[in-house]
Amino acid sequence: MASLKTSKDVQSVSGITVRLAGDSGDGMQLLGTQLTNTSALAGNDVATFPDFPAEIRAPRGTRAGVSGFQVQFASEEIFTPGDTLDALVVMNPAAMVTNLDDLRHGGILIANEDGFNEKEFKLAKVDSNPLDANVLEETYRIIKVPMTKLTREAVSEFGLGTKVADRCKNFFAMGLVYWLFGRSLDPTLRFIQAKFSKKPEIAAANEAALRAGWAFGETTEAFGESYQVEAAELKPGIYRNIMGNQALAWGLIAASKVSNKDLFYGTYPITPASDILHELTKYKHFGVKTFQAEDEIAAVCSTIGAAFGGSMAVTASSGPGIALKAEGMGLGMILELPMIIINVQRGGPSTGLPTKTEQSDLLQGMYGRNGEAPLPILAPRSPADCFEIAVEAWRLAVECMVPVMILSDGYIANGSEPWKIPTMSGIAPISITHPEGTDQSEPFMPYSRDEHLARPWAIPGTPGLMHRVGGLEKEDGSGNVSYDPANHQHMTNMRAAKVAKIAERIPKQDISGPATGDVLVVSWGGTYGACHTAVGRCREDGHSVSHAHLRYLNPMPSNLGDLLQQFKKVIVAELNSGQLRLLLRAEYLVDCIGVNKVQGKPFTVTELVAAIEQESNAVKGDSRLKAC
Amino acid sequence: MSTLPVLKPADFASDQDVRWCPGCGDYSILAQMKKILPELGFPREKTVFISGIGCSSRFPYYMNTYGMHSIHGRAPAFATGLKTTRPELMVWVITGDGDALSIGGNHFIHALRRNLDVNIVLFNNRIYGLTKGQYSPTSVEGQITKSTPMGSIDHPLSPLSVALAAEATFVARSIDAHVKHLGETLKRAAAHKGASLVEVYQNCNVFNDGAMAYAQERKQRADNVIELEHGKPLVFANGSKGIRLVGTHLEIVNTSDVPADDLLIHDEKDPNPSIHMMMARMSYPAMPEPIGVLRAVEDVPTYDDQINHQVATATANKGDGDLDALFTSGDTWTVD
Repeated sequence: MASLKTSKDVQSVSGITVRLAGDSGDGMQLLGTQLTNTSALAGNDVATFPDFPAEIRAPRGTRAGVSGFQVQFASEEIFTPGDTLDALVVMNPAAMVTNLDDLRHGGILIANEDGFNEKEFKLAKVDSNPLDANVLEETYRIIKVPMTKLTREAVSEFGLGTKVADRCKNFFAMGLVYWLFGRSLDPTLRFIQAKFSKKPEIAAANEAALRAGWAFGETTEAFGESYQVEAAELKPGIYRNIMGNQALAWGLIAASKVSNKDLFYGTYPITPASDILHELTKYKHFGVKTFQAEDEIAAVCSTIGAAFGGSMAVTASSGPGIALKAEGMGLGMILELPMIIINVQRGGPSTGLPTKTEQSDLLQGMYGRNGEAPLPILAPRSPADCFEIAVEAWRLAVECMVPVMILSDGYIANGSEPWKIPTMSGIAPISITHPEGTDQSEPFMPYSRDEHLARPWAIPGTPGLMHRVGGLEKEDGSGNVSYDPANHQHMTNMRAAKVAKIAERIPKQDISGPATGDVLVVSWGGTYGACHTAVGRCREDGHSVSHAHLRYLNPMPSNLGDLLQQFKKVIVAELNSGQLRLLLRAEYLVDCIGVNKVQGKPFTVTELVAAIEQESNAVKGDSRLKAC
Repeated sequence: MSTLPVLKPADFASDQDVRWCPGCGDYSILAQMKKILPELGFPREKTVFISGIGCSSRFPYYMNTYGMHSIHGRAPAFATGLKTTRPELMVWVITGDGDALSIGGNHFIHALRRNLDVNIVLFNNRIYGLTKGQYSPTSVEGQITKSTPMGSIDHPLSPLSVALAAEATFVARSIDAHVKHLGETLKRAAAHKGASLVEVYQNCNVFNDGAMAYAQERKQRADNVIELEHGKPLVFANGSKGIRLVGTHLEIVNTSDVPADDLLIHDEKDPNPSIHMMMARMSYPAMPEPIGVLRAVEDVPTYDDQINHQVATATANKGDGDLDALFTSGDTWTVD
């Protein structure tokens, strides 16, 4: 398939941020995913932000039903899906009015004008056609395209019904977007062939719509030029595009392979964690057993049962489900069995905002169990980082015989970025030994300790090591039930020390930028990209600012306290009301300034830059004051 | 190959002191379990007891096997994770009426309907013992307890009816004081491939003493209990009375008044649980209560077999998974 070439002018730009918005049923997520993959294959760095309603099919045409997909692709390394949009594609009035504010002045608005009629205005609750607003022409470049009509014409030869024909219009929109940004049609043509292999007439219609969209861009006088984004200079290697939940699933399988364990995944469906289940259950031939339990509690309990039996056991959920698992997690902790508990965080409290992102379960992870039950907590910083975090979590779990929690979030889970594909031989093996059977000449001590304070992982089936575990407090060493006061103190201290000791083995906290200065930005989890970009921009503007991004939240790296002392101000940026800030203040007695947001949306770089500048300028003001 | 050592009941006793109240029915169940396990000839180290919370759930501590005293109501869920990943183990779930039917009702139903190959022994004393005497889901209507001073207004739940509604493949009942019957019933449960439920009438002599005396006391038992036998008619009161199926109802008849073939013949193997359900609903004092095996349907695939079968099938069809190949499948690009 020869790539199509435009005959119009091509302007080279370093990066483009585009958002595709339409009704939930308009296929915007598919369009976005295809544009992302195509851009990644063109060698761009990419970052995505899908944003969709919790309802499966919210009432058609309404603002609540708008589904969007934002992608930034660039010729340089990028860490966020972009703040303001260079281009916005809208399929109906509701999509336009809910997204237009994010389009930059001078940006391109492409509207399916067939979707703008009286009926749609009523559904979107607008008084008049928003495309007719006078201010629009002055602010944006508006391209009205009768996509429905043109799509119907393009597919007319296939004799499809109107309804089916209209479903092809997202491919028409895709073709037009591909033309505008000089993207090759080939990956999407391959996708169409594979996806609709059993429905050749649908495949042909979608292909025709895609090509018609491209041809429209090439011929219409509305577009004088298209844009080209060159390949980015990424580290050498083989890359693929990967989403966070997919990377987590693959990381779990990789961890099972390097530790010679079969993977058991016990879970209950919940947004935005379910895709991990959907992914893992495809890989039974990797020794993966998935169990869709009757509820969240059964999911964590089955996980503990599998861990007791000697499997690599994992459960995942989101905040509401993690709340239900709390008692089970406490049992896993006191049993001292290795397992992984994943929380793909979403907006809370209660059911909250199921499809929106938030980082408000940090304190739940730290303290959300009865009694003193500390668990190690790791947080991936980006979609691709989920892979490494999964492997690292299992390594710590088995070395310390403890459940390890991973705090991902909806933004990472559904976002995607290029992933430099590792080789399995490059992943360090995780060595696991189970005590061997004895003739019982000496009593087995299931709660004896090694240098990591970990107990032996003796599994059923081993002769001579029969023992009972349970949620009642245990006597040190023997594991027998004990109500002895001094023993309870000792065991509580021991379990806490075991987790705290992990700080000796994890990497020291690294810092981006100078090791001392005016302002340090501290962040964790999915806000890495926005914070990294904002700090870089402020440093370019002459501010003395550095960035420390935590992947280990419990225990925190051993040098973190010292590191915080090297800055005049510490900003903690997080998508909650100040949970990490609370921990840092309590642990290190360092005052921290919170930059917080709970809107179900990620940080924009712009708002972080403003917050950093404010604190940096305050420091400069203070020192000028002192100089006087 | 060395021969397996012959084990005695004492070999299944752990070194822990048993801490049930003197006179508790739990002692009898523990003794019968220790008695029948050596007879099964199954290695101790491959035997696992998993319990929830409650008096009965201390059981695993007293067995010299692997064991887990888990959390309230959830034992079947722990057993599911263990049995699916280690199908070669013999897994017992020890639970009570509160543990299995109140806080753990969901897990109880689902373990049974999935036909997970575990043996669930439900100690039914119709009271909350460990929390000192509140009514349970099996307490009778009107029962005065600490939490029901004017009498319980809840309609009691029958464990057997619940299990049959979930189409459990093995459903049985026995009595703590009827030790021979109890041992035999536990053995039948162990031999069954699939989920087994054994309800055991167990006396709580502190908070609900004598609640099931009509079935436990030898003198009363003959008149109030029918010992089921597959292929045999339902008779009680030393053969003087029997049960007849009339339409969709069971009724008591004097055996001398009706032809022998009028009596209901017990068919534990009937895949249709309707008559088993009628039997489960027979309750004292209106009717005698059946003990023994109500239902034992074999050759139903077990959950643990099937989950492992899917893994084996996928591996046979696709070969052992190759992660390097998976990572590089689909669209990739190279940066030089």
